[in-house]
Amino acid sequence: MRTHRIITTVLLMSLALLPGILPAQGEVNVYSARQEALIKPLTDRFTEETGIRVNIVSARADALLQRLRSEGRNTPADVLVTVDAGNLHNAREAGVLQPVRSGILEAAIPASYRDPDGYWYGLSMRARPILYVKGKVDPQQLSTYEDLADPKWRARICVRSSSNVYNQSMTASMIIAHGEEAAEAWARGLTANLARPPQGGDRDQIRAAAAGQCDIVIANTYYLGQMHEGDESDRRAAEAIGVFWPNQDDRGVHVNISGAGVTAHARNRDNAVRLLEFMAGDEAQQWYARANQEYPVKPGVRWSDTLAGFGEFEADGVNLGLLGAHNAAAVRLMDRAGWR
Amino acid sequence: MSAQPENLIAGPPPEEPAAPARTRPGQRRPDLWTVVTLTVAAILALPVLVVFAHVFIPATEVWLHLRETVLADYVINSLILMLGVGVGVLLLGVPAAWLVSLCDFPGRRVFEWALLLPLAVPAYIIAYTYTGLLDFAGPVQTQIRAWTGWGWGDYWFPQIRSLPGAVVMLSLVLYPYVYLLSRAAFLEQSVCVLEVSRTLGVGPWGGFRRVALPLARPAVITGLSLALMETLADYGTVEYFGIPTFTTGIFRTWFGLGDPAAAAQLAGLMMTFVLVLIVLERYSRRRARFHHTSGRYSRLPRYRLSGWHRAGAVLVCVLPIALGFVIPALQLGQWALDTTDVWMRPEFLRLVWNSISLAGIAAVLAVVLALVMAYGKRLRPSLAVNAAVRVAGMGYAIPGTVIAVGVILPFAWIDNTVDGFMREHFNVSTGLILSGSLVAVIFAYCVRFLAVSLQTVEAALTKIKPSMDDAARSLGMGPVMVLRRVHMPIMRGSLLTALLLVFVDVLKELPATLILRPFNFNTLAVRAFELASDERLADSASAALAIVLAGIIPVILLSRTISRSRPGHDTPA
Repeated sequence: MRTHRIITTVLLMSLALLPGILPAQGEVNVYSARQEALIKPLTDRFTEETGIRVNIVSARADALLQRLRSEGRNTPADVLVTVDAGNLHNAREAGVLQPVRSGILEAAIPASYRDPDGYWYGLSMRARPILYVKGKVDPQQLSTYEDLADPKWRARICVRSSSNVYNQSMTASMIIAHGEEAAEAWARGLTANLARPPQGGDRDQIRAAAAGQCDIVIANTYYLGQMHEGDESDRRAAEAIGVFWPNQDDRGVHVNISGAGVTAHARNRDNAVRLLEFMAGDEAQQWYARANQEYPVKPGVRWSDTLAGFGEFEADGVNLGLLGAHNAAAVRLMDRAGWR
Repeated sequence: MSAQPENLIAGPPPEEPAAPARTRPGQRRPDLWTVVTLTVAAILALPVLVVFAHVFIPATEVWLHLRETVLADYVINSLILMLGVGVGVLLLGVPAAWLVSLCDFPGRRVFEWALLLPLAVPAYIIAYTYTGLLDFAGPVQTQIRAWTGWGWGDYWFPQIRSLPGAVVMLSLVLYPYVYLLSRAAFLEQSVCVLEVSRTLGVGPWGGFRRVALPLARPAVITGLSLALMETLADYGTVEYFGIPTFTTGIFRTWFGLGDPAAAAQLAGLMMTFVLVLIVLERYSRRRARFHHTSGRYSRLPRYRLSGWHRAGAVLVCVLPIALGFVIPALQLGQWALDTTDVWMRPEFLRLVWNSISLAGIAAVLAVVLALVMAYGKRLRPSLAVNAAVRVAGMGYAIPGTVIAVGVILPFAWIDNTVDGFMREHFNVSTGLILSGSLVAVIFAYCVRFLAVSLQTVEAALTKIKPSMDDAARSLGMGPVMVLRRVHMPIMRGSLLTALLLVFVDVLKELPATLILRPFNFNTLAVRAFELASDERLADSASAALAIVLAGIIPVILLSRTISRSRPGHDTPA
């Protein structure tokens, strides 16, 4: 029968899809919330150097965490790579990470960018400063995040939806600095000052500002950095934008990290630690700066020219793990403030 | 090939199943068919039920918080979205289907299949491309400003990232469901009915309004309900446009507020929408029967259109194709040319192969399972079986991520239990057998897309007169034999339709693939999304374009199948 033949063919085809079942000796398995394009080049270099094969699954951070939790002690993952300290904090709380002590890691990564007990280590850093349209806003008028809630900025600010974790973490840092009530009042003020309902991503906010829709944007540095390296229209938009480092006289600009930890039931623990150490090394740190316009966490590693052009800044020294602890409260107060 | 008997694509089952070859009187104990159908349905309903189990966790204060702040927004926006998309897909799909089925005008043969092309475009991709084009900072508005010297606020331009924008985007890619099913219905309509109506002096417009449309209503509504379920499950578009709906709310509650129970309760509320849809659909055809009585076919002369009728017909067909396919595809093509995607080229073929083989396997499985369930329901129409089949078909309205979590939980539990048992008794660890394998991925696809194959297969089965079963059974065939030798050949067109629909759907599927896939396994949709979600639209274009191109072939096949299904399509006029 023809149907039989089709079914047999399809079943045979499916054999080709079977992944490598046997755990080989020299390998390390990574669950990555960073997309493959932002980690594969690094892990390829790692394999070249050490001969250890790196297998990757990339997906949303929250989904990977769910997968890790339900797989329990049988999880194949050795390393969890993710962005935003909130996610790293949640992973530790969920008990899917294990503490790691490594002289190399501790020497390379400043204390504020890693878990005090070694459950996770920051591998790259990004800031979320205030961006302004050159010529339309006098940077002298800008001062702090708090000031953006002032009515003088009515209908002049663009920012993305509060469903995004970057805004959730920023608001969490506001809660840590001033308490929930003040943070909610701030969110209300900021929402009232928006030039349009929140929509699109960070780049879209920058483009909208450059095109004249708003004067002030809150966005992550690497988006602006990448636009400087992007196509013609993106480059022109980025040129029109200036970077202002807020809160330099008090707590510093809100920053966040991407980072990684070794899973609680890692079978290739040693390889996992080696991978982390490699990612904290000079070569990998420079790659982040060059390829994705992120700041290296390791002091002394050269920034990309674009990043250097943004200038030096004082970063908020709050322990980043705390941001995760205040995430739910941040989401709720943004709900109440009507920040979509 | 001679004219096949009613090779029907779509249309619904009547509410009282026509129960051929019924259970013998006096038979009490559950028989094999009931057991098999119930088991298959139970397994497929598992992920949906797992998520729903959370509903019974007492309402937390997060739920109160949601009710006080954002719940009204979720409900209202989702309702407006469904209403808008409903109207949109009907306006785009039904007139076009009728025109290409029963009228003659220039380009009709091309429109026939081209109208299906938007089916190959994932909703989030069309949203990204149109935003790139029509946004304030995009080329269109920039050009307008360059010509006129206007600035922000000096002129009005529709906001693409808005609720109406989302309605338009979703309508453009979802209308093919309505088009597909209503065209099949128009084609299959007994020629006699239409001829009779013509002899009574009914013109093209009257024939459409008073004869063809009422007869096609069940098929149109089936298409509509597929489109609306897909609308409810959409995450990518509404998230990008910043519209708070049920799906964005579920994600926000689950992951942002860290409360799976409240998220599941939101999902539960959303499912009541689907139930209402289903009930409405049943109610709308409560008394109707849609068996066809005539077995005689001849080619029906098409209405020849002329003058502005002709121009109007062309416009009705060109508009959805241009907006839903040509413009986005051109934009993607331009981006793909602009960007050099160096790191992805060597493995591009691998991506294509992964996508296509996964889609192929899932499509075959989904159709086989649908066949088992629909046939089980036909043979043993009991309350339990009917309900089980309904529940198993609900996955279509649930966002892929929620399904994925519903798959992870039981699979990991099974794996860990087996592993624990083996460790204890045999001192070997079996590790994870199901989780993190393609089995999990394919299972999730079946759960998610069963509704598509089930609806198509069920509709086709219902159209087969029960007397056929009886005749075959009286000649000594068993139920399986009847299915293979009688029903399957009759339904060949419908089965192929179901196969291709699931294939295209899986090709576009994203969230479940993303979460459940094994190490180092990527598909085109994953690649396109990863880059697009990092706001690198242009870089994602080549993968997105590949999805669209890979989807075109099955879509064209689909169209041919339907044309062939026309009774009398190959008899001399």
